[in-house]
Amino acid sequence: MLSAIYFFVVGFIVLNAIIGMVTYVTLLERKFAARMQSRIGPYRVGPHGLLQPIADALKLMMKEDVVPRTADRAVYNLAPIVFLLPCMLIFATLPFAPGLGVADLNIGILFFLAVSAMEIVGLFMGGWGSNNKYALLSVMRAVNQIISYDLPFVFVALVPVLLTGSLKLSDIAAAQPDLLHWFIFYPVLGQLAFLAYIVTTLAAENRVPFDILEAESELIAGFRVEYSGMKFALIQLGEYAHVIGTSFLGALLFLGAWGGPGPAWLGPLWFLLKAMFVFLLVTWIRWSFVRIRVDQILAISWKLLLPFSLLLLMATAVVVAW
Amino acid sequence: MDLESRKVLEMGYGGAERLTMNMGPQHPSSHGVFRAILTLEGETVVAVDAVIGYLHRCHEKLGESLTYTQYPSIASKTDYVAAMTSELAYVRAAEIIGKIDVPKRAQYLRVVAAELQRIASHCLWLGTWCLDMGGALGGGATVFLYCIREREDVLDLFEALTGARLLYGLHQVGGVRYDIPSEWAKKCRATMDKIDGRISEFEEMLESNAFFLARTVGIGVASRELAQEVGISGPLLRGSGVNYDIRRAEPYSSYEDFDFKVPVEDAGDCFARYRVRMVEFRESIKIVRQALDGLPAGPISSRPGVKSVGQVRIPKGEAYARVEGARGEVGCYLIADGSAKPYRMKWRGASFSNLALLPHIIPGHKVADVVAIMGSVDPVFGEVDR
Repeated sequence: MLSAIYFFVVGFIVLNAIIGMVTYVTLLERKFAARMQSRIGPYRVGPHGLLQPIADALKLMMKEDVVPRTADRAVYNLAPIVFLLPCMLIFATLPFAPGLGVADLNIGILFFLAVSAMEIVGLFMGGWGSNNKYALLSVMRAVNQIISYDLPFVFVALVPVLLTGSLKLSDIAAAQPDLLHWFIFYPVLGQLAFLAYIVTTLAAENRVPFDILEAESELIAGFRVEYSGMKFALIQLGEYAHVIGTSFLGALLFLGAWGGPGPAWLGPLWFLLKAMFVFLLVTWIRWSFVRIRVDQILAISWKLLLPFSLLLLMATAVVVAW
Repeated sequence: MDLESRKVLEMGYGGAERLTMNMGPQHPSSHGVFRAILTLEGETVVAVDAVIGYLHRCHEKLGESLTYTQYPSIASKTDYVAAMTSELAYVRAAEIIGKIDVPKRAQYLRVVAAELQRIASHCLWLGTWCLDMGGALGGGATVFLYCIREREDVLDLFEALTGARLLYGLHQVGGVRYDIPSEWAKKCRATMDKIDGRISEFEEMLESNAFFLARTVGIGVASRELAQEVGISGPLLRGSGVNYDIRRAEPYSSYEDFDFKVPVEDAGDCFARYRVRMVEFRESIKIVRQALDGLPAGPISSRPGVKSVGQVRIPKGEAYARVEGARGEVGCYLIADGSAKPYRMKWRGASFSNLALLPHIIPGHKVADVVAIMGSVDPVFGEVDR
């Protein structure tokens, strides 16, 4: 009973922390993009636009909730929740500092990868349930893309697992006690794996240049074209939660998680900073490339990334065994 | 066209499962109000029907009911992205019928205005094209904002010259309405130097970007024969390997005085059209510099002191005047009956003719390429529908 209450409380805190973070990460991205494009970005709501995310959230809550007449109502209404669920669940196994987290499973990374791949179910429900041709094309692309990119994503994420010898996320973090032992500094393998991780992350998060399922210049808004108000907000929340989740995972797998100078209680802060570094790296790519076409995306995945990540995994296995 | 697309095309209509999809008239990348009815086989476009006319404003009828003094400011509304060129075409047609001389200074000022307009128009083209390919939430938006920044500088120059930023009314029958203000030439030169440098930045940014090349090279190929058959003009025609530029073929407004290159690319794909326009940027800058250097003194209009709107009367006759606009040949056919208003007026919009290329080059490409090809054609629907 007590442990149930404990998990409930911790889960509640983490969930709310994630939602708060998502709102402010959008502001960070908007400010960062604005600097890249030589503009100022949100500035009017609150000092330096700091209240902008709250204004956005309020606006979305007050929007009319439109359901298309021809939509498959049950599927359409359920989709945002089904989409949001795995995006939030990925934080369940993520430790933010030694012993600080909801549940440090001994197959933590496997859980993370499995759950994050499940978001496609919600996506597909949304696209199918909307009964819109743009949405349908969008989810057709999404299924293709996510199936193609989950394989290299898993292979790349397994490189640190092989180097550590454990699937437990806290073990992987503990295996990188100081700067020199961060897996990104592991000779050759580490850098290549991190590079591949960033690319596959972009694809898994559906961001430009791999955002073909949103593709607003062709498909308007892709699978969420018919969503409005809070349902749209939930989808947006899920997407950003997924982005933050993979950024944290990247920081944990390659950048030494909570390791950093100063006392141990600064750990979560270091972890957050590193995750934001990964996030901004991805954002930087996002705002400097044009979108590529669906067939090119699949070609990159199957002809380049998959063999590359497989070779990387094999090379790591050989190095570890040797 | 890849092999798979070719197969799909050969299957013709009635293949497996076809999807008819409406792109427009309200669509983020339709550059105005354009409706393309796409027939899709999976992601591949099998057929495209273009529907136009959503922005029809009776321009030719307006031309008959407004006087030669009034209409130039309305003419700029046909192609609102390159307003100077349609004004110029209209007043030139009237001048040809009336055999009205234009002072050398006015001719040079017209050239400066036309070339600045080409720069502004190409800026908007590059920005929106990248926006189409890269998305409003991605790298495309970055290029778009950079381009808009350069365009603002040119619009500032126009504002100092005419007082307007979009629809100018600079031209009048017999010359131009406004002379350049003091210090304007200096400001203009500085802006040209700035944009010259920025264009190199754009080229560096885009041409070293593998994804940009993947989206443009070999996409939407229009062969030389097709280009001539369909009757496209401007950068599209030159991108397909035809060396034809009205400024060179049939010089007007003293274009023969200036030294400039007419860029020609043979590939005929989106990238070739992009290259042609990028070189045109530079050539336009060159022409503006030359025109400012050699700007003769003298009057700016052979008909100074036009006081009332009905004062300009053109004798009976008819003429077709054409100018090289940012998008191609902009032509105006006027029939004058001796009164203060034309008897009949007809526009030849460059975008309208260029749009005819779409059904020939889109089939066989993916949905994503449709917007890339549309953007490379650079239609302005004010000019298509008029």
